[in-house]
Amino acid sequence: MVRKGRCPVMIGVLALQGDYEKHIQILDMLKISSIEIRYPKELEKVDGLVIPGGESTTMTDLMGRAGFYEPLRLLAGNKPILGTCAGLIMMAKSVCDSRVKPLGILDVEVDRNAYGRQVHSFTDQLPVSLNGKTDFISATFIRAPKITKVESSVKILSEYDSQPVVVRQGRHLGLAFHPELDGVTLFHEFIFKKQFEKTHAA
Amino acid sequence: MADKGSFEVKVGLAEMLKGGVIMDVMNANQAKIAEDSGAVAVMALERIPALIREEGGIARASDPQIIKDIQATVSIPVMAKVRIGHFAEAQILEALEVDFIDESEVLTPADEHNHIWKHDFKVPFVCGCRNLGEALRRIGEGAAMIRTKGEAGSGNIVEAVRHMRQVQSEMKKLTVMDQDELMAAAKDMGAPFTLVQQVAKLGKLPVPNFAAGGIATPADASLMMQLGAKTVFVGSGIFMSEDPAPRAKAIVDAVTYYKDPAKLVEVSTGLQSAMKGLDMAEIPEGERLQERGW
Repeated sequence: MVRKGRCPVMIGVLALQGDYEKHIQILDMLKISSIEIRYPKELEKVDGLVIPGGESTTMTDLMGRAGFYEPLRLLAGNKPILGTCAGLIMMAKSVCDSRVKPLGILDVEVDRNAYGRQVHSFTDQLPVSLNGKTDFISATFIRAPKITKVESSVKILSEYDSQPVVVRQGRHLGLAFHPELDGVTLFHEFIFKKQFEKTHAA
Repeated sequence: MADKGSFEVKVGLAEMLKGGVIMDVMNANQAKIAEDSGAVAVMALERIPALIREEGGIARASDPQIIKDIQATVSIPVMAKVRIGHFAEAQILEALEVDFIDESEVLTPADEHNHIWKHDFKVPFVCGCRNLGEALRRIGEGAAMIRTKGEAGSGNIVEAVRHMRQVQSEMKKLTVMDQDELMAAAKDMGAPFTLVQQVAKLGKLPVPNFAAGGIATPADASLMMQLGAKTVFVGSGIFMSEDPAPRAKAIVDAVTYYKDPAKLVEVSTGLQSAMKGLDMAEIPEGERLQERGW
């Protein structure tokens, strides 16, 4: 399903499993056109991609069966990708769990469910430094992963409890929490709007 | 200060389960098969509904040891069932840190009058419903996810369809009502007024709505998704079939590609026999699990 917005870019949302509808709502709020992606060939139409939250073992299975690994790595070469929670796990270079096969888009190591089971899931205030200013946002962590190693190619944009929770590498963003659950548009706007405006202006 | 166990955090996990398949399992071995097949969560229970139906007796929450074994085996969320109204079983499951509790009609009810006050718990709850009033009563008590009941252990999709159609059509009706009709609607369906107002405005439930009770084939899963379910629970349909692992994978694919008949042909081809199943006429009214709870 294609959703038309005012912005000239078309953003794909990987819709194999997870809270992809919540990401589409955020893109709608920003008037960015979006399309649900279930087949690799649909990636040809997009200017950027969201990998949503969900279960990374399920995504590993479905991505493998549909042949998504190489097309996604190719896409990452010239289009921005935003991953939240399971999306971050899928974008990582390595994951402390052999059940998950990550894409290796971000030079980070991630530990799944590192805060514990659902009773330890939480919402808290988080400072985020983007565009040279710091905003405080509500951040919801659901059975969230922790970023346990960061290579020098990766920039840390926010920390929680002295642990990186927002990382940027070139055009890509990885988040350990779910801005889409709290209606936070900041990250989608930054990666899919501001970066594009910069590229087009240049 | 970190806010744990809020209603939003509970619904947050339900959101993450969307577009996945939650599979009933009786032991760690089945849980492993479920996870390897792409299940998004497993539901631990002592006996799957078809066996409860066959063997009779009182069906209770699982042995904590079985739940611990399953938790140690899989990395996906582990859910478990408690008897309707049995808040002590729920307290035990919360102490075990299960990820979701199903206050379920599949087990023998502990309280025929009251359901659990679910707001008291940090762990989220899912509850069954046959109509919108029942769904909103459970949400009023704190359920963070709703599933239509269907008829568990029947392998027959007819009741799941009936309940999903019922909920959807009642919601549609609310959206076209005038403000002054909503109180009467709330009274008729015995539902909390503020939730009735919310559904009238949103046109959908304030929490994710999944389908359960009778799903046995990839086509059944696709049907429920097309009728508006955001995910399916598969109980007896997998481990009572002749080919649990391939069938589990096929149902996972069917939920992702529910709108694509060509893909459904591909995933449905070559499966062994589905569970035999029961016609509703074979289940006497007094033995229908969906009649438990209100």
